[in-house]
Amino acid sequence: MIKTISMAALAVTFTATSSFAATNITWWHGMGGRNGEVINEVAQKFNAAQTACALTPVSKGTYEEALAAGIAAFRSGEQPNILQVFDAGAATIINAKGAVIPAEDLIIKAGYAFDRDAFIEGVKYFYAAADGKFVGMPFNSSAPIMYINDEALKKAGVEAPSTWEEFEAIAPKLKEAGYIPLVQSQLTWEFTENFFSRNNIQFATNNNGYDSVVDTKMQLTNPQLVMMFDKLKGWADQGYFAYYGAGWSDNQKPFEENKVALWIGSSGSFGGLQKTAQMPFSATFLPYWGSIQGAGTNTFIGGAALFAMAGKSDEENKCVADFFQFLTSPDVQKFYHQATGYVAITKAAYELAKAEGYYNEKPAAEVGIKQLMLPSGEWSKGYRLGFYPQIREIMEREYGRIFAGETTPKEAFETIEKEGNDLLARFAKTAG
Amino acid sequence: MKRVQFSSPYLPYVFLAPQLAVIVIFFYWPSVQAIQSSFYLEDPFGFGSTFVGLSNYADAFASAEYGRIARFTVVFTGLVTFFSLSLGLLLAVKADAVIRGNAAYKTLLISVYTIAPPVAGLIGMMFFDQHIGPFVKIAAFFGWEMKVGLNYVDTAFAMVVVAVWKQIPYNFIFFLSGLQSVPVSVREAAAIDCRSGFRRFWTVVLPLLAPTAFFLLVINITYSLFDTFGIIDVMVKDKAANNPITLVYKVYMDGFRGNDIGGSSAQSVILMVVVFVLTILQFRFIERRVHYT
Repeated sequence: MIKTISMAALAVTFTATSSFAATNITWWHGMGGRNGEVINEVAQKFNAAQTACALTPVSKGTYEEALAAGIAAFRSGEQPNILQVFDAGAATIINAKGAVIPAEDLIIKAGYAFDRDAFIEGVKYFYAAADGKFVGMPFNSSAPIMYINDEALKKAGVEAPSTWEEFEAIAPKLKEAGYIPLVQSQLTWEFTENFFSRNNIQFATNNNGYDSVVDTKMQLTNPQLVMMFDKLKGWADQGYFAYYGAGWSDNQKPFEENKVALWIGSSGSFGGLQKTAQMPFSATFLPYWGSIQGAGTNTFIGGAALFAMAGKSDEENKCVADFFQFLTSPDVQKFYHQATGYVAITKAAYELAKAEGYYNEKPAAEVGIKQLMLPSGEWSKGYRLGFYPQIREIMEREYGRIFAGETTPKEAFETIEKEGNDLLARFAKTAG
Repeated sequence: MKRVQFSSPYLPYVFLAPQLAVIVIFFYWPSVQAIQSSFYLEDPFGFGSTFVGLSNYADAFASAEYGRIARFTVVFTGLVTFFSLSLGLLLAVKADAVIRGNAAYKTLLISVYTIAPPVAGLIGMMFFDQHIGPFVKIAAFFGWEMKVGLNYVDTAFAMVVVAVWKQIPYNFIFFLSGLQSVPVSVREAAAIDCRSGFRRFWTVVLPLLAPTAFFLLVINITYSLFDTFGIIDVMVKDKAANNPITLVYKVYMDGFRGNDIGGSSAQSVILMVVVFVLTILQFRFIERRVHYT
């Protein structure tokens, strides 16, 4: 049996590499389940569309594991051509000068034109250098949006809120109607990082960390942010908000089960929700505070980007550029957008999906893109902070303690700011 | 007795070589590397590293969070070791006394050991799930609103339960074979002298089990410190947040998730030293009281 399988595997390997002239390139990613399958489909489409290059995608587990594997491989000179790196790991890879070739340079060197304005607003800056040059190629992009339990709102006789003030006004009615008014799934991404972008507040010094790693400090004791968490804790105490821990799905589940009226999730969640939600639902933008001046700006992308690793031959780099070109073409973007629920990253792909009437059929799929396309503010472009996965862990820990009643939001943010800034100082030393 | 001689003086080394190679490659070499990088602050991609002396160690010891995790690790190790040893012993004594169908009992009790730690963690996680966990429902029946993943103590409780459950069969096997090696003549002699079964166990059987118990103590402490990693990883669902974690999980989080190689190496060296000291202490103070037959 094993022999048969290994022979079969061998045969497959031979046929896969039998296109002798083709240059082989590899792509390490951190996607599983359906999203991982879609990556294989994208690679197959690329391999079928041309003969010069053969792309092999390899799943390395989770986002964190993919980054760790990529780093370990780079140190031993065995790096893949393309590495998928998630939002929190962006500073790690972008600040490692010489680890990657900026996507924009790679594409231009391969003889293609590169137009930054072809990308939608919220996508442009997150994985780019301070001067706007694309370092990573945005790949799977999502935005935090609010999902609405239509049944609950109808029962309570209220409209979906667009600001948190409006939410406060309707929360008692939702509770009376027998629902938990609000849950969320990731306090770090939805209520911290994107709180700064949606309400247009500065996150960190040095232009949110984009300009330099030296002496970058997070400004987490910002009174507005503390106010947001004071409110959340207050809402939790009054039964207007429920927190089920740091795990994403523990918080999503009650919404699927029709126990919750409003859920802050990812624009990429809607594909799955269509299968699991027990009631009709719709979606709208992430609320902001009407009381904060200049609030209501766009959010920036979450998800991950593809990085072209350095130290590869020109031939292989050309193939990577070809693939990036292929990936950003409207047809492929539209396919990926519809197959996964991640947003389309180029304007052309968005227009294409719109022209086909996709959003009439599935209006929830458009909310994320529209939110990313809202006018941007000075502080809505993103952040570039080192050791950020560890900083997120500190946030998760302190947020958990807030809702367990072990600390107050103000104290929690003082702790996060102190420990986080120590980490940033440490990162500056490693990157220096 | 005739001593076995090798025909060539080099032959023993040849036989030892595979084992030594494994130890050197998988233990000494990484250990030396860990010690080395614990003195450096390094960029994840290896472009530059700065010698920082003991500052990685100082950072770890100065961190309040590290202290909190260390304290939890001590409590966790103590609880898991105590309960898995005592429950394993209890079950072994009881199974040893069963005459009819004892093979079935033993097989059932041992079978849990074949479950891999992450799978045990997964099963445990489902038992204690906030939304669907049967344990949570039972606890709610007794008025305990259990929130695993949210409440520090509840999560710690669940972790200890799963870790103990996973380890009991291992202890069971060793205790059972230990019990079976207690000579029948000794037991019978004891039975004539004393009517109380508990006293006979305490004064005669248990001392004879001491070598087994000592071995298991060392193994169980190491298990609680290191092998529970899979259980913890699954139970915190990749997001430690404010949940309790052990020192070895912290090493993983900082090194593999946070890409801080220097800090993570320093922590793993600290752990190595702790285990080293612990093992020496055990052999010096406890082993002396163990009577080997």
